Amino acid sequence: MALLEVNHLSISFGGLRAVDDLSFSIEKGELYGLIGPNGAGKTTVFNLLTGVYSPTEGIIKLGDTDITGKKTIDINKEGIARTFQNIRLFGKMSVIDNVKVALNNSSEFYYGSLHGILHTPKYHRIEKALEKRALELLEVFDLDKERDVLASNLPYGKQRKLEIARAMATEPKLLLLDEPAAGMNPNETAELMNTISLIRSKFGMTILLIEHDMKLVSGICERLTVLNFGKVLKQGETKTVLNDPEVIKAYIGE
Amino acid sequence: MSMNFLTYLISGISLGSIYAIIALGYTMVYGIAKMLNFAHGDFIMVGCYVVFTIMGMFNGSAVGKIAGVFVAIIVCTLVGVITEKIAYKPLRGASSPLAVLITAIGVSYLLENAALLIFGSDPKSFTSVVPWEGVAVKGLKIQGVTIVTIVVSVIVLVVLQLFVHKTREGQAMLCVAQDKGAAMLMGINVNKTITITFAIGSALAAIAGALQCSAYPALTPYTGAMPGIKAFVAAVLGGIGSIPGAMIGGIVLGVIEILSRSYISSQLADAIVFGVLIIVLLVKPTGILGKNIQEKV
Repeated sequence: MALLEVNHLSISFGGLRAVDDLSFSIEKGELYGLIGPNGAGKTTVFNLLTGVYSPTEGIIKLGDTDITGKKTIDINKEGIARTFQNIRLFGKMSVIDNVKVALNNSSEFYYGSLHGILHTPKYHRIEKALEKRALELLEVFDLDKERDVLASNLPYGKQRKLEIARAMATEPKLLLLDEPAAGMNPNETAELMNTISLIRSKFGMTILLIEHDMKLVSGICERLTVLNFGKVLKQGETKTVLNDPEVIKAYIGE
Repeated sequence: MSMNFLTYLISGISLGSIYAIIALGYTMVYGIAKMLNFAHGDFIMVGCYVVFTIMGMFNGSAVGKIAGVFVAIIVCTLVGVITEKIAYKPLRGASSPLAVLITAIGVSYLLENAALLIFGSDPKSFTSVVPWEGVAVKGLKIQGVTIVTIVVSVIVLVVLQLFVHKTREGQAMLCVAQDKGAAMLMGINVNKTITITFAIGSALAAIAGALQCSAYPALTPYTGAMPGIKAFVAAVLGGIGSIPGAMIGGIVLGVIEILSRSYISSQLADAIVFGVLIIVLLVKPTGILGKNIQEKV
């Protein structure tokens, strides 16, 4: 059974149909790619999936749950987390605090505010558990040494990693990565590819990836959807799709 | 140092503490909801009338004083939360930040005129909620309400800092202050966080109101207006969005006001206060602690 099922999804902004009749499904554990030229509507798809926009038409299902038009916070609780094209960490907070604040979706990490103000044993116990869980995540991403560094002071590649770690902290079923390789040098891109395969092998995470970097896409995605002007240009196995003349034309021109 | 100077300094700190408690409400709401709640001063007035009414019902007894402050905190919290829900939340996505600013001014007039309708325009004589004479040390007489005000403001600051840095809700506030959208996508309940912010700010307004009317006992529907504006000045002076900044800004403002009233001219005191604001903003536009981004909420 598919983890994410998108059926005939469309959204219009005034007269512009930013996403037009998009359908695809992602199997559990799969790494699915969403590619397309600039302005094709890729990030709009992410905004639809995460409830930032409500679709004009269509249905989005996560597992058995219909999440179409649900609120962002509820969709996150259902199990979709994301990173951003332009990094949006909480820059004025430490690395570990960025992860801790995202550990929201499990009630074991909640204590009433009075416990915090009075530093009760419950506060200490839960804070310790929170820190342990956050550190475990940071270790996976090799960020545990920078735990107390301000997020905005991290080098670029590590900020990307921290964004993924923060998204993972919400314990998602599906992780959306919005151009994770944007602005990265080849070394950082290679490291990112390692990180992505690591979260797949370690957490069995299902990932939907938006990407421009063809090398990254062809290296790790199993299946693809190519968007152009909001419409599906091609869908299927990565190799077949990337060698399709129409796709090449949309990307490189005649 | 002369005895007079010490007396003025202490009453300046006390007045400044009231400004600080009000400024905390301004600054938190600004930091998190990114809006200036110009009705905040009128929440103070609402709190004062509630205390006044309840104290009247208990004939000024000690029980009445405690109940009055308690009920005022609840009423102001409700007024703040309901105002946010009805008047501000629908405008949160508005294209211009002016929409919500104008609405806040509207709420301010609404509250003032509602008070005018219910209580009339003649000043009510407010009995102090602090039934303590105070202390006299070597001829230096300090009123009870002055001491209580300073102590309360220190407690408020400490508890608020603990709340922001040591609770899950407080950490959520820091996130919402930095990036509402990202916070939402990380499972942080942004609406709840903004509601909590308004609740805290409004509860503080009630406390400030009770203290302010105890020190300056004439209560009218416009009682909250001037302290509200001065607290706003204090928040900007300290660096808007910063909790310690609001505290420092408030106290600096209170001391300047009392000293200029005592040594220069009581008519010119307010002009001097606002003059200081202009000078500080010319020299350091982000306010005294404006750079202290760590403490922003």
